[in-house]
Amino acid sequence: MARLDKPQNKNLRRRNIALLVVLAGLVALFYAVTIVKIAGNLG
Amino acid sequence: MSDAALQMRSAVEADAAEHTAASPRVSDFVALLKPRVMSLVVFSGLAGLLVAPGQIHPLIAAVAIFCIAIGSGASGAINMWYERDIDALMARTKTRPLPAGRMAPGTAIAFGVTLAVAAVVLMGLIVNWTAGLLLAMAEAFYVFIYTVWLKRRTPQNIVIGGAAGAFPPMIGWAAVTGELALLPLLLFAIIFMWTPPHFWALALYRSGDYARAGVPMLPVVAGPKATRRQILLYSLLLVPLTLVPYGLDLAGVVYGASAAALGAVFLACAVAVQFDGDKSNGGERSPRRLFAYSILYLFLLLAALVVDSLLGLAPAAAAWSLHL
Repeated sequence: MARLDKPQNKNLRRRNIALLVVLAGLVALFYAVTIVKIAGNLG
Repeated sequence: MSDAALQMRSAVEADAAEHTAASPRVSDFVALLKPRVMSLVVFSGLAGLLVAPGQIHPLIAAVAIFCIAIGSGASGAINMWYERDIDALMARTKTRPLPAGRMAPGTAIAFGVTLAVAAVVLMGLIVNWTAGLLLAMAEAFYVFIYTVWLKRRTPQNIVIGGAAGAFPPMIGWAAVTGELALLPLLLFAIIFMWTPPHFWALALYRSGDYARAGVPMLPVVAGPKATRRQILLYSLLLVPLTLVPYGLDLAGVVYGASAAALGAVFLACAVAVQFDGDKSNGGERSPRRLFAYSILYLFLLLAALVVDSLLGLAPAAAAWSLHL
């Protein structure tokens, strides 16, 4: 495996965190829609 | 005797040993069909069949499920024939009929190809040719794309190859309707997205095996840390995707609530894999838990969809039909 230097590592880490935040936001959004819809169905 | 002569002799002996008529038992033929894999394939095919709108004669439905089972088993048998060299190197697979020497390779490939062709022809003639074509595509994808092309070449093997295991709900649906629709395509996408975290969890605690056999699974090539991160990323894509059928009224509230609850547990398991990885023992325990749960997860998710459908809670299940 090729080793990354410090700035490359930092950049990769930032990108990973950004991706994680976007996906976590997506999960939160879909859960919010689902819970609202379930509440509407049951209400 | 010279080294070259010795090598040639051992190669000839190995070849002869391969072709020696072993005396396989019925249990060896059953093992060749990968019954555990088959059970999940059959269940997902059955789910596709049960949620599809329309009527199907119970006998035709039984034939369709039988063909899905046989097609899956045949693909497994051909896979075992092709991979007998690396199966012999891995603890998990070295007791299979071929590496253990209980069955001749020729018997296995003949058995697999015969069943593969028979399943497609039977499906086409008795059920319909849309289902037959989809079954043939699933078999071909598993054998040629996954087994022959990808498995030994790229750590993305199970990502792309996972498509083969995602076909059964579409086949089950097509068996009833003769066409496809948005819901079976979504089920395909869900199983496709479920496959990487499922297999990478297994590969995390079997990476020694894969490394010995030279199979470039992600933990072997990129290391456990990158694998744990990929598991989490795919899980974060999988769970919202499972909520889409309910959001689009293709599934009802039983499915919606189940997908939300089951998905939350799946995410918790994936997060545990990500953060427990460096702890002593945690490196193995959390992937084992995720692997076991991922199987239960898919069973329960599909079961919830079937319950919804049987209760008539999916108002637009047949939406977006696609004629093939």
